[in-house]
Amino acid sequence: MIYLDHAATSPMPLEVREAYVEALQLVGNPSSIHTAGQHARAVLDDARVRIAATLGIDAIELTFTGGGTEAVNLAIKGLYWARNAAPSTDARPRILVPRTEHHAALDTVEWLEAHEGATLTWLEVDELGRLSLDGLEEALGDGSDVALVTMLHANNEVGTLQPVAEAAALAAAVGVPVHVDAIAAYGQVRLDPLPHGVSAVSISAHKIGGPVGVGALALRRGSEVVPLLHGGGQQRGRSGTMDAAGAAAFAIAAERAHAELDDRAANKRMLRERLAAGIRQTVPTAVLRGAAGAAAVATELAHSAAASDPARAASHLARAAELDALALPGTLHFTVPGAEGDSLLMLLDARGIAASTGSACQAGVPEPSHVLLAMGLSEADARGALRITLGPATTVDEIDALLVALPEAVERAQAAGLAGQVPRLGRLP
Amino acid sequence: MSGGVDSAVAAARAVDAGHEVVGVHLALSRMPGTLRTGSRGCCTIEDSLDARRAAEKLGIPFYVWDFSERFRADVVEDFVTEYSSGRTPNPCMRCNERIKFAAVLEKALALGFDAVVTGHYAHIVTDAVGNRELHRASDEAKDQSYVLGVLTTEQLAHAMFPLGTTPSKAVVRAEAAERGFTVAQKPDSHDICFIPDGDTRGWLADRIEPVEGAIIDRSGATVGSHDGATSFTVGQRRGLNLGVPAPDGRPRFVLEVRPRTNEVVVGPLEALAIRELAGRRFTWAGLDPVASGITQADPAGAVAHAALTDAASADTGAAVSPSTDLAATDALLPFDCHVQVRAHADPVPAVAHVAGGELIVSVREPLLGVAPGQTAVLYVGTRVLGQCTIDRTVSADEPARAAAGASAAPAADSAPGDSAAPAADQAAASATLVGSAAL
Repeated sequence: MIYLDHAATSPMPLEVREAYVEALQLVGNPSSIHTAGQHARAVLDDARVRIAATLGIDAIELTFTGGGTEAVNLAIKGLYWARNAAPSTDARPRILVPRTEHHAALDTVEWLEAHEGATLTWLEVDELGRLSLDGLEEALGDGSDVALVTMLHANNEVGTLQPVAEAAALAAAVGVPVHVDAIAAYGQVRLDPLPHGVSAVSISAHKIGGPVGVGALALRRGSEVVPLLHGGGQQRGRSGTMDAAGAAAFAIAAERAHAELDDRAANKRMLRERLAAGIRQTVPTAVLRGAAGAAAVATELAHSAAASDPARAASHLARAAELDALALPGTLHFTVPGAEGDSLLMLLDARGIAASTGSACQAGVPEPSHVLLAMGLSEADARGALRITLGPATTVDEIDALLVALPEAVERAQAAGLAGQVPRLGRLP
Repeated sequence: MSGGVDSAVAAARAVDAGHEVVGVHLALSRMPGTLRTGSRGCCTIEDSLDARRAAEKLGIPFYVWDFSERFRADVVEDFVTEYSSGRTPNPCMRCNERIKFAAVLEKALALGFDAVVTGHYAHIVTDAVGNRELHRASDEAKDQSYVLGVLTTEQLAHAMFPLGTTPSKAVVRAEAAERGFTVAQKPDSHDICFIPDGDTRGWLADRIEPVEGAIIDRSGATVGSHDGATSFTVGQRRGLNLGVPAPDGRPRFVLEVRPRTNEVVVGPLEALAIRELAGRRFTWAGLDPVASGITQADPAGAVAHAALTDAASADTGAAVSPSTDLAATDALLPFDCHVQVRAHADPVPAVAHVAGGELIVSVREPLLGVAPGQTAVLYVGTRVLGQCTIDRTVSADEPARAAAGASAAPAADSAPGDSAAPAADQAAASATLVGSAAL
């Protein structure tokens, strides 16, 4: 199998698996006072320090959670409640949220709106899926009625990096905390140092080869959250028995991802560019999306202008480099007109290639992506989405195999058309 | 794979037969319920999980295909439109006609598949030269050939029904249990899948604004009032709440729903008996009756058709390409068959012919409560010959159509009150024969 869906979950490397299994044999609850408990606690504390180091924060600023979604919920609800908790404070009902957030954030803010009196101010993105800072600044106003800003570090569907530092500076200027959902970005790009103004950062282990069900919230000094889970008070902002083995495995995966980050990113970028160029050649109807897609198109323009107009080529190359700096190294997203993304997915699956439509599913049915709609695509165009995400061990051969399989898959998926179209069969005259 | 036992076993048998099989569950609602309620066997997330579990057990890939938009337009909205037109649709047939063996099949063929396999109880027989015929299932109690009667030759060519020759549903359940399917004892589904609580009338009332109107008898006299004509079905007896008793004191039934005038027409039981039904929307399952050697084209009708076509092309100046399919069945001489008008009704002997682009079926036995919108499926022996959506019916106690000139002619003077139903039906049968001979 050729696995090209690392953004969904990335397989656990042997080194991580061995550390995980070994840690699972630990006896003792990290909160117990006896020696066995202290051993478990040592494993956990060690993991906490090592993961905190990848973010450039202190261990006390890292709270382990049962996964990325819990971290996002804890940050958004916790900050919202904390900011509206003190009776003396003025009401801060507003949450500022880009339209292109992951459902973990979208559904959380919508829940707060429905049940906790929050009001939502939706922020727009450009055609690359990048947050508009002008829109953010205007929405912040003087910040007095704003509970928080929540935003992705990198969009999980199209891979476009967000202007986190600039956004956090704008928010900090009016005293508004920012939560960054960095689940798609962690281990792919460096987050250390966290920009001034960022109060909380969510990360997840299984996107970088750690175990599922293990995540963490980086919660800066000076920022407090009201807990979601009440109980033993084991961690800052969270109750529940701490998972020493999960934390240990997460720490190995995190350290490895960061030690090899530059090499991995360079390799993925090379493969992504090869894939993008290949798609432009073999499937000319496909439209590459996001900053990575735009970078590929600019590179292509540079190449075609190279002989005739070197100055023009240089300007295209400069633009490509700018765009490339806005893209996750290992994500390539494209849409195929007149096809359903899930047809493409199924056909590639039949050829042993695992890819994704990128968008959330309802009972196994991909919805037209809210990210693509926010980027200005029509619902029909948004239906033809396919997301390829590379991993640390992805090879040139695997990319080339995808490029071989793709044209036929596209042809068939286009022949099958969109699910909403009127079928020719079964229509009486 | 609906998540029921039949499609799970059908998939298993297709796998056993050596086919390369992919399980597909249809998402027919954008907002499916989470848990199954009542006797339904599809359309909730739980059902989708059941289907997935069966596919996992078989080790075949499994995908959910979203046809919610087509289902809404072609089945649910058609259901509402038909009811609001005073007709009684069968949404399962529409689903087979336009979703399972149209939208799904078409997508599957485009993606590179050869056929759609379902757990329907029906049997496809292929003759020596490869022509496909649709036949009743071996288990007559479970036979579903009626709801597949809408399938055309092209659709049949890409359909597989592995359960068709299974002697009984019990065998299928036993096989499911043996294969370790969790759905082996899952109850059969009976209700309309998109009406969760089975309350069709209440569901319709939410979608068709009910307007109070008159209940009349066949003479046109008002005998009561109703709170929305479209919630009545031909043959219905309950819920009429007539203030004025019938002169003979006998129960009255809905004979006709007239949505345009918002009237419900009632009358005695024997007035429900029809002697003729007809529809313009007809199809043949497999070879048409001429190619099957069951009847012959009617030369007079074919000539009339050609003349009509010529006139049309002369009028518009457009080139009209002659359709051989149409020409072959546009006018057919009468032939013997059986007609079935509901999924679990008994077939009755009939004589069918085609004239003027209309399939006309004259029954030889009593046929009660036939409503426009229902599907009449024609059988020859166990073979499904074809079907039509019923546009009009002629009551057994109405004057012959040729004489009356219209199907809705009131027959107040026929005084059917004292005549027993069988007698009326005999009259219908003889009238049919005369009519046929005349044609």
